[in-house]
Amino acid sequence: MLLLGLLISGSLYTAFSPAQADSQPSETEQVAQGKELFLASCAFCHGQNGEGVPTVRDGYQLGPSLVGVGAAAVDFQVGTGRMPMAAPGQQAPRKPVVFSDEEIAALAAYVASLGPGPAIPNEADYSIDDLSEEERQEAISRGGQIFLTNCTACHNFNGAGGAMPRGGYAPSLHGVEPKYIFEAMLTGPQQMPNFSNGNLSPEEKRDVIAYLGSLEETPEYAGFTLGGLGPVSEGLFAWVVGIGGLVGAAVWIASHTTRSKKSKVNA
Amino acid sequence: MSNDNSSTPKHPVNAPDGTPVPYDTHVPTHREAEPIADPGLPAHTWRPTDVDPKAEKRAERQIAAMFIAAMISAILFVVAYFSFEVGDNWDTFAGLGASTITLGLTLGISLLLIGTGIIHLARKLMADHEMVEMRHPAASPQEDRDATVQALNDGLAEAGIGRRPLVRNTMIGAVGVLGLPAVVLLRDLAPGDALDIDKLGNTIWEPGMRLVRDVVGTPILASEVEMGDLINGTAEAMFPSEENGYPELHGAEEQAEKAKAAIIVVRMDPDEITPLEGREKWTVDGIICYSKICTHVGCPISLYERTTHHVLCPCHQSTFDLADHARVVFGPAARPLPQLPLAVDDEGYLVAQSDFTEPIGASFWEREKL
Repeated sequence: MLLLGLLISGSLYTAFSPAQADSQPSETEQVAQGKELFLASCAFCHGQNGEGVPTVRDGYQLGPSLVGVGAAAVDFQVGTGRMPMAAPGQQAPRKPVVFSDEEIAALAAYVASLGPGPAIPNEADYSIDDLSEEERQEAISRGGQIFLTNCTACHNFNGAGGAMPRGGYAPSLHGVEPKYIFEAMLTGPQQMPNFSNGNLSPEEKRDVIAYLGSLEETPEYAGFTLGGLGPVSEGLFAWVVGIGGLVGAAVWIASHTTRSKKSKVNA
Repeated sequence: MSNDNSSTPKHPVNAPDGTPVPYDTHVPTHREAEPIADPGLPAHTWRPTDVDPKAEKRAERQIAAMFIAAMISAILFVVAYFSFEVGDNWDTFAGLGASTITLGLTLGISLLLIGTGIIHLARKLMADHEMVEMRHPAASPQEDRDATVQALNDGLAEAGIGRRPLVRNTMIGAVGVLGLPAVVLLRDLAPGDALDIDKLGNTIWEPGMRLVRDVVGTPILASEVEMGDLINGTAEAMFPSEENGYPELHGAEEQAEKAKAAIIVVRMDPDEITPLEGREKWTVDGIICYSKICTHVGCPISLYERTTHHVLCPCHQSTFDLADHARVVFGPAARPLPQLPLAVDDEGYLVAQSDFTEPIGASFWEREKL
């Protein structure tokens, strides 16, 4: 019986494994490919083994250690084009992605092999498609509360982002894919603190994402939002366009009209 | 050019005996003559609409056209108001709803055309002869002022206030004492026992009370807090249940306790924390907790940067270094954020060792006495 079982599983393995290997590289292969990519594109700042590169200033690093940041951090940073950075600096802006999906997966597998860290979330973790309409509304309102408590300080009340100290900024969350919002909360990219699963549970993260999605679907009945930045953009608009327009009108009212060289006969 | 200025000496000058006279700061009330002769008005020139009847007619038609267009636009506003629902077609044009854009445009155009029509009328057709209108003095004529003072004095004399000090003094007293009811009434506008200074020194935190996540009210397992985490939390007593046995709070009291209980919990490398003397055991394995209320004017703060351990107040940019007992590193705040001493209970949840050891929030006069 045991022999038969071994025989069957063995033959099944030989029958199916080559096909699998063709379509999807094994984890070992992924890690090996990821290491090569890492050495070429990331090691300059993060070190040849992802240990980080310190600068001459004590406590400062060219690139931080990647041990334990997990696959989710790589998927976020490389998947949104933030890494590789064009130059070290206060802000890692979102830019066009330079790696293919397979390369990102390989890099993530390699960095995940350096130490235990958060894995790339499944779609089921952040999707609200399975919820009933009532549950969905509940998730959105709860997510709004969580967002206003935890995220608004930096990302603005409607997720439009905002300024941070020393030239940095919290990016806008409009139009960001749910997966990347989830990963950002999970891993705390750059200056952002973590909202790990022990901090905000996966359901709470999902609710935040549901709330952000609902913001984008909510009509702006009142017209232009001016970026939704609040008093800064609205004040700028009022002072420059509003008062500027009034000044222009005042100048026009008081300006000289066209004059004629003739004079009125009966004046 | 006649120089009427020659009679006014230039400074500094010498007195007839030769000693220098200091600068004359006296401003003459009456000028002998203008320093520069009044050039008068330039000759009036005419506008095309004044001399050319065709141009005049054209301007008239233009103005009338603007007013007619304003009428049409106002009527279109009413039509649009009844044709479009606010909720429908909300992204018809450049992300703007059909109702929003038509109402805004028609009303705006109508008002604008009335305005431009009036200005066009003033600039093209109204008489525009230049004329001189002298400033009149700001003060009333002397006789009016004298009459007013006279009437006032007569009134006082007739009332006899000056002759009857008893009446005068009791009247002043009566009005003055009327201030007391006002003070009492205003004082009681403050909610409940807000004037009880001791309450400002205490919050709802007590030894052994669990830290919970704000909004959701779930307790926090110390082992689940990861490096770099920021938890916006509050006291478990803000989420009373039969299980935890805390009393229900209502109204102003609940709001006050909620505002005072707010905390931020972060976790960093324990080696990075430089505790104050006596606070060495206030943290749990790098988990450290502070009041969320800024010590400047009491804004809630949670703009936290995990790389620098700085937390920034969005109101006035006060910045606190959470690794170094929330020392003020920038901005107008004068004191560090009060720290909440942490411990872990039997089940591994974060709890407070005690209440805050100092009053939280903005400074006040009696703060040092508490």
